[in-house]
Amino acid sequence: MTTASKSAHDFVAPHVRSLPKSGIRDFFDIVAGRKDVISLGIGEPDFQTPWHIREKAIESIERGATRYTSNLGAPELRQALAQYMRHSFHADYDWNTEILVTVGVSEAFDLAIRAILSPGDEVLYHEPCFVAYAPLIRMAHGVPVAVETYRKDDFRLTVAELEKKVTPRTRALLINFPNNPTGATLNREDTEALADFAIRHDLILISDEVYSELTYEGGRFSMAAIERLRDRLIFLNGFSKAWSMTGFRLGYACAPAPLTDAMMKIHQFGMMCASSTSQIAGLEALRHGDNDIAEMRSSYHLRRNFIVSSLNEMGLDCFMPRGAFYVFPSIQSTGLSSKDFALRLLNEYSVACVPGSAFGPCGSGFLRCAYATGMDQLKEAMDRMATFVKSL
Amino acid sequence: MDALLDLLKKNARESDATLAKQLATTEEDIRARIAAFEKEGVIRGFQAVLNTDRLESTDVRAVIELRIRPEREGGFDRVATRISKFPQVESMYLMSGGYDLLLFVKGKSLQEVANFVSARLAPLDGVLSTATHFMLKTYKDQGVLMESEPHDDRLQVCP
Repeated sequence: MTTASKSAHDFVAPHVRSLPKSGIRDFFDIVAGRKDVISLGIGEPDFQTPWHIREKAIESIERGATRYTSNLGAPELRQALAQYMRHSFHADYDWNTEILVTVGVSEAFDLAIRAILSPGDEVLYHEPCFVAYAPLIRMAHGVPVAVETYRKDDFRLTVAELEKKVTPRTRALLINFPNNPTGATLNREDTEALADFAIRHDLILISDEVYSELTYEGGRFSMAAIERLRDRLIFLNGFSKAWSMTGFRLGYACAPAPLTDAMMKIHQFGMMCASSTSQIAGLEALRHGDNDIAEMRSSYHLRRNFIVSSLNEMGLDCFMPRGAFYVFPSIQSTGLSSKDFALRLLNEYSVACVPGSAFGPCGSGFLRCAYATGMDQLKEAMDRMATFVKSL
Repeated sequence: MDALLDLLKKNARESDATLAKQLATTEEDIRARIAAFEKEGVIRGFQAVLNTDRLESTDVRAVIELRIRPEREGGFDRVATRISKFPQVESMYLMSGGYDLLLFVKGKSLQEVANFVSARLAPLDGVLSTATHFMLKTYKDQGVLMESEPHDDRLQVCP
């Protein structure tokens, strides 16, 4: 009883202790509680979940469909997903062995990483990017290796940049297009070049395509459609963005049977299965939700035109993104850092945007503005922002 | 539907500048297109959608089903056109099924609507029968919910 006992802090594992807090979280703490703020900082659709989907979920609870499902996910849902993958992505996956239903794409990504990494394995990912990738790679004892994307390439990932960072320890390449936070998309040549790169270096490719339903003018080019990648692709997608179902937490992974089986092992011990109510809602979305997507997509499309035009008009260089619901204007012409710009915009004009630096160092000098917000709010936000920029 | 009409259906008060930005065109083009729609008779007017339950008004509304006798020349049109001209009739449709015309009628009181039906509609030549239903509460009008769902309860900043 003489040795000093540990404090609660000491019980936290060192690799968790060393995880940085999300830059977005910092900003959230500043905004939280302020009522007058118009937020363009929300990475979540503003539409309500379509009523027929909510209604189906309610009905399923009423009739008592509230049990565990198969670890892989309810068979009907996996069958519908296989069909959806065929129709929408021209990709064949066996519903019984190659599709795993997860608690959001975040869980699917975590499972994928944990299923393939040994300690010290390197994973290439591109920045600016979604805030969870690097921390989850670290939690799986992997080494995240950032590859930069640039405004001059419209934030597309190039093989030239990848070649600079690949090493014999590289195990996987992670990509996310349409991209959060830039809205960037890939064209056919890009996807082919990335596929060749992955094959040349014998890497697993993890493609998070959660924004795939939100692409504007021009096709969506999915890694899942590239046949020669089949044995080395883990395809991730979910219902949150396409059907505005964020709180349902429903995602899925498609991968060759041995990889699906490996992910399923972790999932069955850690999570057991995704919520049965959410799975029923997801099935309804797949069966009867095509119009919902079309309507929301067309609304986002108009808002994107509006916000890009407004930002360029006020002198902030902004490329026309073709996917997701984010624009990523440069604020370098103002002479402010992205953090200062965002803080002053918030404090002086009550508009919240996320500094680009929250998504990786190369996001400095940019701002993420989500246009998943009603037109009235968008208009007001753009007016305030224009006044702010003019005052600088 | 035409993208411009679609936007105007959702918000007829949207400024030309905003419409132009959304549709990636100029304000002049927007004004010209709206003028053309008006000239063609596609756009028949711009109105506010009101929740009249929230107004201090004793106006009553009724839905009236009308059976009418079609005529050798012109079918239902002559009688229907006559009926549609009454200012009390707010909307009117020719229907398939158990009756022919569906009328949405407004009056200052129950009595006034009843009088309109018995003194004006029922005696009209060609009207076979009427069935009047008074409206009690509006839940949704022209695609607009009268009680909004609690909307933006999202976290203010999220990844």
